[in-house]
Order: sequence, then structure tokens, then C-alpha cells
Amino acid sequence: MTKGQTTHGILKDPTLLVAALMADGWRVIGPKVRDQAIVYEVLDQPDDLPRGLTDSQSGGLYRLEAGQPERWFDYVVGPHSWKKWLFPARQKLWTATRLADAGFEIEVSAIDWPKTVFFGVRACEIAAMTVQDRVFDNGMFRDAAYAARRADTLIVAVQCARSAETCFCASMNTGPGVDEGYDIALTELAGISGEILVTAGSDRGRAILAPLALPSATDGQIAAGPATTAAAAASQSRAMVPDIARVLREGLDHTNWEVVADACLSCGNCTLACPTCFCSDVEDVSDLSGDHAERWRSWDSCFSTDFSYVHGGAVRRSPKSQYRQWMTHKLSTWHDQFEMSGCVGCGRCITWCPVGIDITREAGTFAAHPHPAET
Amino acid sequence: MANPKLAVWKFSSCDGCQLTLLDCEDELLEIAGKLDIAQFLEASSAVTEGPYDISLVEGSITTPHDVKRIKEVRAQSRVLISIGACATAGGIQALRNFADVAAFANRVYARPEYIDTLATSTPISAHVAVDFELRGCPVSKHQLLELITATLAARKPHVPTTSQCTECKAAGTVCVMVAQGIPCLGPVTQAGCGNLCPSHGRGCYGCFGPKLNPNAPALSLQLADLGLTPPQLRDLYHSYNAAAPAFDTEGRTHD
Ligand code: SF4
Ligand code: SF4
Ligand code: SF4
Ligand code: SF4
Repeated sequence: MTKGQTTHGILKDPTLLVAALMADGWRVIGPKVRDQAIVYEVLDQPDDLPRGLTDSQSGGLYRLEAGQPERWFDYVVGPHSWKKWLFPARQKLWTATRLADAGFEIEVSAIDWPKTVFFGVRACEIAAMTVQDRVFDNGMFRDAAYAARRADTLIVAVQCARSAETCFCASMNTGPGVDEGYDIALTELAGISGEILVTAGSDRGRAILAPLALPSATDGQIAAGPATTAAAAASQSRAMVPDIARVLREGLDHTNWEVVADACLSCGNCTLACPTCFCSDVEDVSDLSGDHAERWRSWDSCFSTDFSYVHGGAVRRSPKSQYRQWMTHKLSTWHDQFEMSGCVGCGRCITWCPVGIDITREAGTFAAHPHPAET
Repeated sequence: MANPKLAVWKFSSCDGCQLTLLDCEDELLEIAGKLDIAQFLEASSAVTEGPYDISLVEGSITTPHDVKRIKEVRAQSRVLISIGACATAGGIQALRNFADVAAFANRVYARPEYIDTLATSTPISAHVAVDFELRGCPVSKHQLLELITATLAARKPHVPTTSQCTECKAAGTVCVMVAQGIPCLGPVTQAGCGNLCPSHGRGCYGCFGPKLNPNAPALSLQLADLGLTPPQLRDLYHSYNAAAPAFDTEGRTHD
């Protein structure tokens, strides 16, 4: 491998990189097959890395399928996102214990995060982390546990050589190629079986790759990297309406909200599967003795009626207003709040919606028929 | 100050919810230290007279005698909490609501004239005011303890009204409907069971009854796409919470 800004090498077998990371004491979280899907869990051994699999996705449908047996990364994003590691579904914030004389003693939960690698992170997922960084560590507010986990995690990215039917990252400028935010990136080159282009994106990444002494990539192999992701981008059939933020801002009383609400189950799957949704509920629990209390933070969603509860009742009670909150927040008001889109085009909300409601199709409806107001 | 007095009552039911209370083995001694268990026939034949601070009511109302007795229970109880699918929705025995009870009795009993029963099985709330309804067939031990603890601390219990899907997502369970095409009532069912069926590769059977704002007609369209026939759809909704209004109505649509 050459020294310098970016370093390129060729790897035949990605489990060798997993093995090297494990030998170096890293906890490797990566793709694994469970319950007929690719999930992100702690890998116990390098061979946990799936091979020869692809997926078929559409509205409300996901099937893990056999692909070309020798290829490693032809499946794309699945039911899990890295959010479940950086922003856990349930987290104890502190424990309080009543003191003998008077008052309470509060013990803040320690941050338990061994040195960790996220292995196999896709472009849209790096973009999603950037979105959540803005939410959890933005100058005005800092979630110390989130920030610590994020800073202490090494990112091994995978450049997508294939997109699912539900992917629309190209239209969100978040993929399928990874440009930044990784320590190491892997590109499984198309057509040249068994060749993975390895690119170091940081000093941390370079330090990990050095002992592997990978053979250098040729100029042809380096050039094949962007061509691989360009082919995936070209295959995407869904796209987000470019000025959707304005379309939705001007369409708050559009008749289509009623139409979507008729189909929507208000089950909340879209928000919970979405890698950028960040809403949580904070609850205090006491035990029977009344001497111990705990504060927990758990995932919540705008599809939960209690979520908008204020004195006197919930603000958003109907599935219609809940769906409108979800879609307008992701695509419109997120810009006002965080100066970016809340959607990275990963397609999870489409695949994992039990009835296949498609945020790109809804966006298209609002854009094609502006302003039919409800009577 | 004396401990609050707890009474546990049984109407038409299988006793499974009361057993959940007995099943709180580790916590039961602590509960007994905080509450004066005045009436709990499943656990002890010793009975203290009312009034009671907290009454837990299991079972549905299926006989004229039940109708009279639940009013007496209410009159003696400061807080009345109904527990389980029978008490909150009429239970599996509410399948009689869709059929002819006299025909059932004639078929099952040698001397049907001895049977004094109502035409329907109804929840406790159809007869008296109920302070809180704890769902489930059976109720979850975790939620029952939380309810008792919260009631003693005079705080609101944490019992979510969101879908079973929210439990799948929090647990990292892969959706069985999307990934395997298995029919699931989770999107219209209230969370609380601890994600039992989906985490074991099965669809949700709706034990915790309808979630808040359930959209059963929209789910049925999807379930029909997955291959369920109208009788199968009817039977799916008409089970443990058959008489819960949203499931009752949707089941009848496919009859
Ligand atoms: S809104 Fe949908 S497509 Fe966009 S980031 Fe969230 S889950 Fe992915
Ligand atoms: S879309 Fe809903 S769940 Fe997601 S961040 Fe916005 S309000 Fe929260
Ligand atoms: S859009 Fe789909 S996933 Fe989201 S709440 Fe509605 S039915 Fe559930
Ligand atoms: S398995 Fe059932 S309960 Fe779980 S997310 Fe899927 S539809 Fe919802």
C-alpha cells in the first residue's frame, strides 16, 4: 500500500480484516443473518459475516435470498440500523436511592462502551449518523453517552455495488458512494470476483490496515470503485421530490393526508426503523419499597398518542395528524430545526411498513397535485 | 397507618391472571408487606371484610349473579382495577356473543335447564365504573407489578397504548410479516406482552386487545394479500379479545 492522503489496497477476503480487528481487541458489530434477515449484531467470529446473499425489498416486503455465492456485500440495508447501538432503545439514565436521614443519592449510569468497530456501514447510514450527530451533539445540547459512543467507534464502510428497489439515496445526495465519515471503506468490485478495494479514510484506518500489508491496488482497480457505486445509483427507481420541504409546508391541509391515514396503521414501524428518528420518552419508575427510583429513556414516536401528551390531553390524536407530523418533520421542518433533511433515502420506512406506505410516492402525490385543501 | 387492603375477585375466567399475581414469587413477600391481602381465594381462604382500598377483578360478566356481585364489589372498593382480557373485553367466552347461547347449553349440558346464563359475556366496565384496565391474556407480570407499585405510590402506571410493533422494534425483532409473510395482528394490538410471539417467529394473536386508534380494516387488506381467507380473518380477530369493539366489528366484516 502507498502512503499518503488516501491509501488503497486489495483484499480478497473481508473476514481477514474482521479477524485482524478482533485480534487487536476490537468489538466488531456487523451484519449477521438472524430470523431471515441481515441484522447488526456483535460478531462472535469472523465467519459470522454473511456471504452469497442478496435481498429483495419493496413496500412491506423483505426477502433475504441467495445471490452470487462468492460475493460478500450484495445485500443492502436491513431491519436494523446503527441507531440501535448509538441511541439504544432503552437506556437507564440514573438510579436514585433514599438516604437514611433525608433526601436521595443519585447515581448516573456509567457509559459502558468497549472499543468498537461498526463493520459494513453503508453510505446512507453514515449520512444518518451525521444527522443524529446534529441532534445529539449540536452545541446547545450534548448527549454525553451518545457522543462518547460515537467518538469511540471506528467505521468500516461498504460502498454499495447494488441498490434495493426501495433505495433512493441518490436523490438525497447521501449515497450510494461513501465520500467521508469512514475510517476504512471497502468496495467489492463488480465483475472481478474476489477483489475488494480497500480505502483508508483516516489515520485510525491506516494504522489498522498497515500490519495487514495488503497488495496495492492498480489504477484500474481504483478507478473501478466509483464506477461500481455509479451503477448502483443508476439502477435506483425511486427518487424524492427535490423541493419537497416547500411542497409539504404549503400542503398542510391537503386532502391526501386523509387518504394516507386511511391506509396507515399508526403502528410506528417507520419511525422506529428510520435511522434518523430520535424521539424518546423519559419515565421514572419506583420500586415497591419506595426507596429506589430509576429514570429510563426509551424510543418513542410521533405515532404514539401519549407522545404528544401535554396538560389536558394529547395534541396529535388522529393517525392523520400523526402521519403528517412524521412526513413533514422528516422532509420539511427538519430543515428549519437542523438545517438539513431528516431523510437519507435508505428506504427502511417503505420496506418495514407492514402495509407498504411509500414516502416517495406520497411526496409525489403532494407535488403533483398541489393545494387541494380539505373542506 | 395501616396498610391498604387488597382484594382479588374472580368472575368468568380461567384464573390465569390471578396466577400471574401468585407467580410474582420474588416480589410477593414485599407486596404482602405493603398491602393487607384481605381477600384472595386463589391464595388463601382467610377473608377480611370490606371495604377495600384496591380491588383487582379478574373475569367477565356472564350470569345474572355476576351482574349483582360486581355491583357489590364496586360498592366496597375505593379503586377497582380490572385485569385480563376477560375483565377488560369479555374474554374468549365472548365468542358466545356471535352465537346462540341456548343452543350451546343444549349441546353441552345434560340438563340445560339448570344453566342460568346471560346471552353475552361482557367486560367489567360494561357494568360498573372501572379505574384502570390492565390488558392481556394473561396479564403480564411486569405490568401487574408496575400497576400495583404505581397505585401504592399514587403515580400513573407506565402501561403503553402503542402497537405490539413498538415492542418488536425496541427488541430488535425482525418483523415476521415483512420478512417472512407471516400474518400478524401486532400493528393493531396493544403492546405489553413482552414481544412473546414475534420474537419466536410467530405472528401476534392480539392477546392484549386493540391498541389506541387501531386501523383493523387497513391491516385486513394486507392480511388478505398474505393469503388469509375471510373465515381465517374472522377467527383471527374473534379470539381472546373477540368482544373488544374494534376486533368485534372487524371480525364480523369477514363473517
Ligand atoms: S424517512 Fe424513510 S427513507 Fe428516509 S431515512 Fe427515514 S427510514 Fe430512511
Ligand atoms: S418523525 Fe416523528 S419520531 Fe421521527 S423524529 Fe420526527 S417527531 Fe420524532
Ligand atoms: S406509515 Fe406504515 S409503518 Fe408508519 S405508522 Fe403508518 S402503517 Fe405504520
Ligand atoms: S412482527 Fe408483527 S408486531 Fe412485530 S413489527 Fe411485524 S407486524 Fe408488528
